[in-house]
Amino acid sequence: MTYQRNQQNVAIANVSRRGMLKSVAGAGVFVLAAQFPAVRAAKAYATGADKMPHGVVTNPHIFVSIDKDGIVTIVASRAEMGNGAARTSLPMIVADELDADWSRVRVVQSPGDEETYGNQDTDGSRSVRHFIQPMRQVGAGARKMLENAAAKRWGVNANEVVAKFHEVVHTPTGKKLGYGELAADAAAEPVPAPETLHLKDPSAFRYIGKGNITIVDLFDITTGRAAYGQDVRLPGTLYAVVARPPVFLGKVASYDATATMKVPGVVKVVAIDGSPPPAAFAPLGGIAVIAKNTWAAMKGREALKIVWDDGPNASFDSVAYKASLEENVRKPGRMERNEGDTDAALKSAAKVITAEYYSPHIAHATMEPPAATARMADGKLEVWTSTQSPGGARDDIAKRLGLDPKNVVLHEMLLGGGFGRKSKWDFALEAAVLSKATDGAPVKVVWTREDDIQHGFYHTVTAERLEAGLDKDNKVVAWRHRSAAPSLFANFVPDNKLPGFIELGMGFVDTPFNVPNIRLESGEAQSHVRVGWFRSVNNVAHAWAIQSFVAEIAHQLGRDPKDMLLELIGPARIVDAPKKATTEWWDYGEPYDTYPVDTGRLRRITELVAEKAGWGRKLPAGHGLGIAAHRSFVSYIATVVEVAVDNKGNLSVPRVDTAIDCGFYVNPERIRSQIEGAAVMGLSLAKYGEITLKNGRVEQSNFNDYQVVRHDESPAVTNTHIVENGIDVPASGVGEPGVPPFTPALCNAIFAATGKRIRRLPIGNQLA
Amino acid sequence: MVNVRVNGQEHTFDGDPSMPLLWYLRDELGLTGTKFGCGVALCGACTVHLDGDAIRSCGIAMSDLAGKSVVTIEGLDPKGEHPVQVAWRNVSVPQCGYCQAGQIMQAAALLAKTPAPTDKQIDDAMYGNICRCGCYQRIHTAVRAASKGA
Repeated sequence: MTYQRNQQNVAIANVSRRGMLKSVAGAGVFVLAAQFPAVRAAKAYATGADKMPHGVVTNPHIFVSIDKDGIVTIVASRAEMGNGAARTSLPMIVADELDADWSRVRVVQSPGDEETYGNQDTDGSRSVRHFIQPMRQVGAGARKMLENAAAKRWGVNANEVVAKFHEVVHTPTGKKLGYGELAADAAAEPVPAPETLHLKDPSAFRYIGKGNITIVDLFDITTGRAAYGQDVRLPGTLYAVVARPPVFLGKVASYDATATMKVPGVVKVVAIDGSPPPAAFAPLGGIAVIAKNTWAAMKGREALKIVWDDGPNASFDSVAYKASLEENVRKPGRMERNEGDTDAALKSAAKVITAEYYSPHIAHATMEPPAATARMADGKLEVWTSTQSPGGARDDIAKRLGLDPKNVVLHEMLLGGGFGRKSKWDFALEAAVLSKATDGAPVKVVWTREDDIQHGFYHTVTAERLEAGLDKDNKVVAWRHRSAAPSLFANFVPDNKLPGFIELGMGFVDTPFNVPNIRLESGEAQSHVRVGWFRSVNNVAHAWAIQSFVAEIAHQLGRDPKDMLLELIGPARIVDAPKKATTEWWDYGEPYDTYPVDTGRLRRITELVAEKAGWGRKLPAGHGLGIAAHRSFVSYIATVVEVAVDNKGNLSVPRVDTAIDCGFYVNPERIRSQIEGAAVMGLSLAKYGEITLKNGRVEQSNFNDYQVVRHDESPAVTNTHIVENGIDVPASGVGEPGVPPFTPALCNAIFAATGKRIRRLPIGNQLA
Repeated sequence: MVNVRVNGQEHTFDGDPSMPLLWYLRDELGLTGTKFGCGVALCGACTVHLDGDAIRSCGIAMSDLAGKSVVTIEGLDPKGEHPVQVAWRNVSVPQCGYCQAGQIMQAAALLAKTPAPTDKQIDDAMYGNICRCGCYQRIHTAVRAASKGA
């Protein structure tokens, strides 16, 4: 294992007026190529990358450069929020194909600019699957140009030279030239034609698949040098906190800032306008207090006297809303997928099993609360922030401020956690708006934890109702699933009451079961808060309900839950769900030919985790095992949780086993860290996660009443079992898919240990 | 007027005496390795050493710091080679990294007083430091690796 002292995010130390490439890669660098058409090597597989806004850009002058000392600089253009993909795994792919010495590789962060770098929206667990092929091509193209330059220098045939570990070697004589010595010549070489590109044989990989590289920010993180959005400090910075309407879509009726202005250090009070729905990521509005330090701003905010007009959500109440969702799944809804005649099959069934599951809103609670700094000078705006979508944020900021995007520079910082929250750049828009009021001084908007918990984009609340009809042989012959959950599309579509295709595609219409009569329906659900995607999104509730229900059926039939699950998955086949869906089909944006729902892989992952976890092993009293399997983000994951519940109802998790089939994988070390983290996040949402509203106001405020799992209650051991796949098996998601199977596996384990079935989250004191 | 020593350097503070140490470190001294996570001593992201004890810098006012000595993550070891930092790297603990300075300061204070802690002592000492990415398993392993007799 090696770690490197990574140079600081160059964006923050740099001046914006330099050219794009210089501001990223620094001066004095030999840039390798001018033009490199996007190509697919022969063995490339199709992904949905091209359908993303601005697609994928593979021009190597954007991504890789080599200076005369041989230092290779690779540009990270996507957001780094902790899964290691953006700043370590993707650059590692380039370095591997380039056959570079990793200790001589530097990674720098690009600004938000999708025209130059391609899609930067770091959502949907797609960095590796969308970028493995382009990154390999970039590395291989640069390698070829270095080889051509060396051959020319030596006056030998290009097929006599080979690039090897930061040097090009003339094979017959053993002569060598370092990459640094060749960089200038390589830059003058023509870009290789696509058909001449040789991607490495996987047996030659140095880094890909090995897990021998630690994250590039490791040293900086352990020494306090790593800089996040909250850490931006520029000369003359002013600090702002915002008093936002306590009820979504509320407004300021009137305010009095007299006492605020008397707080030492307070400079100014500025009103921020909200937006009518659908407001996308617009600021919520409110009153900003701008001060010379964060503390003064916070004290100034406390001294504000504001009369709020609470608006249309003033009486919103989570208890009443739960009842309305449950009512809506007890009656027919919009049909989303239909096979056979489910209603008739349920009527004629020998037995019908029914269960309902409810899970509440939850908050992302990233360790770093949102923050952004903005400076407006001479009609140009610079923003420093931590966002999952630097390009999208830049363009939207430009649009809302009426600026040409060329006059907006967004410097992307490390993210202290993302989980979907920081895909929404409302905090950056707040800073941009306030920068118009500070006479050219940088202004930093700091969200407190209370702001974060009370003004988030919440994981959706859902009611799920499942009914299974059994024939006289106890085979499941009918499956009806109704789901009602307010949609994230309400941020974008007026008066939206039904789920969008993305939400339906996440573990609902793609239900992989081998049942002749399947009917899936959506109940209406109006949104009264900002609903936003949270790690794994609707997969979490769908998988929890479906995988719990499978275990409930098993129990009623006296069957082993794993066997029941395998029977429902059925024989290995490609699910033809797209043909059966009655609404728009969505498979994580991927072509179905490349990423079909393959029940063979789902079976194998279930069998693998059962074997690795010792399914059926003898356990101490009060312990139980639970299993769940779920495909999401085009990966296949299965989890076995061992739980222990004491006689007071306290639960602990001695062991978790998770098996993942994510196609061809790049960085197994970071896959393990994601799976370990997913277990902790799954346990947090299962045990504690709940945002409730009363009179339109969020009732929780900080880690006292919005608890998350702490050190002592974390799963003691999470074992990760990664399926080995060849490079022809398309890479698939890792960051999110670990979460969905955890909660049902936990709840199934609790049932095995105690006989208590959890149908409402969080678990809270239900076991007491 | 408060005289306080931070990472071995004397400083004089004449601002709002109710300002928590956290904001003095971050906004005034630029020591941003000490992180803001909750502001009310619930998450541990802002953990520093006060005369050798791990404390939450968001929960102590500047007026209480006269004559005291504060060490932040930046001052834990001049080269970043404190055994806890080394263990953190060897175990590859961090994901996003935001909480890790606080975790490391907490672990360093624990091991200074209890060089060979039990699992329970590690649990108890680290209880106040939240990691939302869920690195606890590796944090535990790293604390164990940095302890005596490991």
